[in-house]
Amino acid sequence: MLPFSFEWVWDAGHIVFMGGLWYSLSILGMGMTYCVIKTIIDINSNDQTENDHH
Amino acid sequence: MKKEHNHMKNKKFGMCIDLDKCTGCGSCMVACMSENNVPFREDETDKRKSITWITVYKITNNRPFPDTEVCYMPRPCMHCEGHDGHSPCVSVCPATATDYDMATGIVSQIYTRCFGCRYCMGACPYHARYFNWWDPVWPAEMEKYLSPDVSPRMRGVVEKCNFCYSRYQRALDKAYCEGRSDIEEDEYQTACTQGCPAGAITFGDLNNKSHAVYKLKKSPNAFRLLERLGTNPKVYYLSSKEWVRKAGDNYIKGENPKNIKKSHH
Amino acid sequence: MDSALIPKGVKRCPLPIFILGIVIIGIVLLWGVYAMILCWLKGLNQTNMNDYYGFALWIWADLAIIALGGGAFFTGLLRYIFGLDELKNIINYAVLIGFICYSSALLILAIDVGQPLRSWFIFWHANVHSMLTEVAFCLSCYFSVLAIEYIPLVLENRQIDKIPFFHHLGHNMHKVMAVFAATGAFLSCFHQGSLGGVAGVLYGRPFAYREGLLVWPWTFFLFTWSAAACGPCFTILITKITEFITGKKLVKDNVIDLLAKISGWMLGSYIIAKIIDTIYWATVTAPSLGFNLMDFYKDNSFYGIWILIVEIAVCGILPAVILLVPKFRQNKLLLYTAIILASIGVCLNRWVMVLQVMAAPVMSFDTWALYIPSWQEIATTILPVAYGIILIMISFRYLPIFPQEKELNSIE
Repeated sequence: MLPFSFEWVWDAGHIVFMGGLWYSLSILGMGMTYCVIKTIIDINSNDQTENDHH
Repeated sequence: MKKEHNHMKNKKFGMCIDLDKCTGCGSCMVACMSENNVPFREDETDKRKSITWITVYKITNNRPFPDTEVCYMPRPCMHCEGHDGHSPCVSVCPATATDYDMATGIVSQIYTRCFGCRYCMGACPYHARYFNWWDPVWPAEMEKYLSPDVSPRMRGVVEKCNFCYSRYQRALDKAYCEGRSDIEEDEYQTACTQGCPAGAITFGDLNNKSHAVYKLKKSPNAFRLLERLGTNPKVYYLSSKEWVRKAGDNYIKGENPKNIKKSHH
Repeated sequence: MDSALIPKGVKRCPLPIFILGIVIIGIVLLWGVYAMILCWLKGLNQTNMNDYYGFALWIWADLAIIALGGGAFFTGLLRYIFGLDELKNIINYAVLIGFICYSSALLILAIDVGQPLRSWFIFWHANVHSMLTEVAFCLSCYFSVLAIEYIPLVLENRQIDKIPFFHHLGHNMHKVMAVFAATGAFLSCFHQGSLGGVAGVLYGRPFAYREGLLVWPWTFFLFTWSAAACGPCFTILITKITEFITGKKLVKDNVIDLLAKISGWMLGSYIIAKIIDTIYWATVTAPSLGFNLMDFYKDNSFYGIWILIVEIAVCGILPAVILLVPKFRQNKLLLYTAIILASIGVCLNRWVMVLQVMAAPVMSFDTWALYIPSWQEIATTILPVAYGIILIMISFRYLPIFPQEKELNSIE
């Protein structure tokens, strides 16, 4: 899974397969991170607007 | 693995089993079980759950009496080379728990790596792979008889014949201590080979012209099991009977085995 | 009592009846859990598998539920990537069914391996050339995609939605859902395919072995195709069963009709490909290995040629025709027949590609091996069904799964 395990070989099979895996995981990870950060920003900006009204 | 052994010629250990000599006594199976610490249970009636690295099959020509003929066929692991070490079982193992060793041609099984998915068993057309359905338990007094060089396997992993690899290691160790870089033919022999009272099994390096197996495999009576599938096994059989040689493979009706092109290595 | 949790504007059965339902299904679930614990503690000797049947009922169940759960990725692909907007009315349910199917498959796999504690080896010591590795990677990745698709639905629960963080999170996840759906479709194509590859690459098993394209045998493509064709049928089937049990119409006919039509096209094209594959295998691949087609269907008491006919004609061509002809698929009875047959067909295909592969002898002197699963195997296979029903019951009660429910069932 990682280049540290001893059966790892830098061949086309590993690069394509693991490349695909890490690419997908990155998209999922980045997507979720984006959602969480955006949510935190949204909440803060909502608080801001609410405070402005007061 | 390939790079490490480039300095010396790769070996290809294999076997020739003379079916004309085999009496079906089963000594090879017993020798194998005791050499390799193969576990057994009190009730072994269900043969499809018994672990027998080498199994003796009884085959017949399916002709009515008095033309009935019977042949016994010991079947160890075939240590298939496939195409460039692409054996049916090695390529499917998801956890790299089985390996084709280019230096010896032996298909190994790493018990502590295997997590028991059994895909390799499904891939092997010879049924040469066995699963440990139970915990291995030996009667207390028998534990002293266990071979110290072979690790017993745990429940839930696959095991199979490894051409008594521990004997190969022992032979290499001995050679090293004596300052030799290689071993002689008789220094590494499998337990089944030595256990066969009829001398039906010959074991050695298929690449080495001085080894007996090298000559035997070239016999016109030699054949291998399921060659047509491209498994490229390293166990050769010898039989003077045509029906036995024909039973080694499948043929569609009207096909002449002699006209079938098979890959020879 | 739990009315504060139930979505606004819809009616649900009284809580005691709901709890009674959960308890009844829960008993079945516990039976399965008991069998599962037996398998984990005592090992796989609890099953009727043997050295001829290393793969058996469980692997079939895995392959079948993943194919049936294929509705999630395919409907998602149609909705988010091809922009078929009507499908938003059924996508939630497709995602839920997919989530159940995939979590069940992972659970069954965890019981099926001999050393469950070493399951992580498949990731850590991955052999990238093994189809099973591809299955494990894509399966677990796609399961996370399904979880990501299911979370916004959970967040829409009336009480959870009141919390600003969850409200915004659900909203933001909806906005980027197309990215997740695209990743899911990519992963799905590969794991559905690699499940087909599991059998197709077995060159030692002429019944399963197929030639193919690059490293992928033809079964790779056929499995993806059939999952995309039959998965939506299963989604429709479960929707119809839910409508029957709840006594309500939950999805409008035009939505079902659209999905059924697409399924019809997929199934029709799949079955043509399957027929071509079967003919090529029967006339070229198998004979080159020394087998006639009928060698795979004789000398045993179960696997006759009927199984091939049922799979291709009865459960393939017939439902494809029904789903393709508008007049037929708009007839309720015919539509139900078609979706049931298509679902059975894909399960039968998976059965054949697992169990018959193991059953058929390869060595000329070997014999057929038939097997009957033990009660532990059956119980652990029913376990996910019970779990699925419970999750559907809870989700249906507390989450707004069907956007059209309010409109179709107005409460006075």
